[in-house]
Amino acid sequence: MEHLQEEKVSYLQVLKNGIFKENVIFRLVISLCPSIAVTNSVRNGFLLGIAVVFVQVMVNATVAVLRRFIHPRIRIPIFMLIISGWVTIVDMLMAAYARAAYKEIGLYIQIIVAFASILARAEMFASKNKVLPSIFDGLGSSLGFLAALVTISFFRELLGKGTLLGMPIVHAKPLLIMVMPTGGFLVVGLLMGFFNWIDMRFYGGKGAGGAGGH
Amino acid sequence: MEKEFIKLFELFIAASLINNFVFTRFLGLCIFFGVSKKMETAIGMSITFTAVMVISAALSWIVFTYIMVPLDITFLKIIIFIGIVAAFVQASDTIMRKVSPGLYYKLGVYLALISTNCIIIAVPLINAGEHYNFLESLSFGLGSGIGFALALTIMASIREKLELADVPRPFRGMPIAWITTALIALAFTGFSGLITL
Repeated sequence: MEHLQEEKVSYLQVLKNGIFKENVIFRLVISLCPSIAVTNSVRNGFLLGIAVVFVQVMVNATVAVLRRFIHPRIRIPIFMLIISGWVTIVDMLMAAYARAAYKEIGLYIQIIVAFASILARAEMFASKNKVLPSIFDGLGSSLGFLAALVTISFFRELLGKGTLLGMPIVHAKPLLIMVMPTGGFLVVGLLMGFFNWIDMRFYGGKGAGGAGGH
Repeated sequence: MEKEFIKLFELFIAASLINNFVFTRFLGLCIFFGVSKKMETAIGMSITFTAVMVISAALSWIVFTYIMVPLDITFLKIIIFIGIVAAFVQASDTIMRKVSPGLYYKLGVYLALISTNCIIIAVPLINAGEHYNFLESLSFGLGSGIGFALALTIMASIREKLELADVPRPFRGMPIAWITTALIALAFTGFSGLITL
């Protein structure tokens, strides 16, 4: 019983870590490309986030199941194969069931293959752990990604179009710049600075987060 | 003939300036922010990247047109293109190390980084999606490579100056780099409408 309790805590910890402390976009600064490309509306941001959650969890599960059969020297190409397999499945599902959104974010769904965060979780966690912990690890890191995408797209859609999920909220003239590419860079930059500030002010962090990576 | 040449030139301009991958399509950001801290590394990356880009665009066009279309396996394009790019990067890494150790010493590091770049996989996918012919694919690849090189060198020169600036502490490092990019992207929107394809 006690053992179970302990495991539960650690699962929660893993989830929390992925969402806040090691947030893929704001803290680790990797897998950035879609964070701007698809975040001009909450719907698109959410859909891509869900796609990433699905791919990450399935990849982690697959890698964890197969971890004893993958020869360490060729593990990276095999991980890439597993990832691109799952991405192809998501791509085809989206093309079939979410046509309108697919027209806008289709290319970025395919780009999920090149996400460093997915490969990193497979390599650092799933290839060494059992299936269930791996699934939770994938869930944590990809939910963090989803949360970041929704946050960014919330500000951009609200300020840029005056709507949320297509419903009008603000009845003022919208700031067109926010839905343009520039707005994306700006919002991410400001949010990143804001989270650094919170970290420094309340948690005693050193700031200057995000060493950069791929 | 002349008309074809003009089309190629337009594609090149469109890929490098109007639809610059970094500023209007937001691809390759990871490397863009990763290696734009110093001018020297930015230039090394630009050269390596452009070369790899053109060659892998050509390779994937050949495989797509002569193998995947006849066999009707175009739905596997994501898997196959990433395989081609990864294999090509690995191969050129090995060849360069044997043939030209000096060049390898200078550019080898960037080569390893390139396979994680989104642009390198996006360009073959776009080429296949838009049904470009061989020369069009090449000039699209070249344009994307040059456009990325342009973005990288502009950013590196700004960030070298930024080192000396007094930035508020929470904004140091990444956040200010993003805001700078936002301003460059704003400037790049001025290119839209330069050519209508």
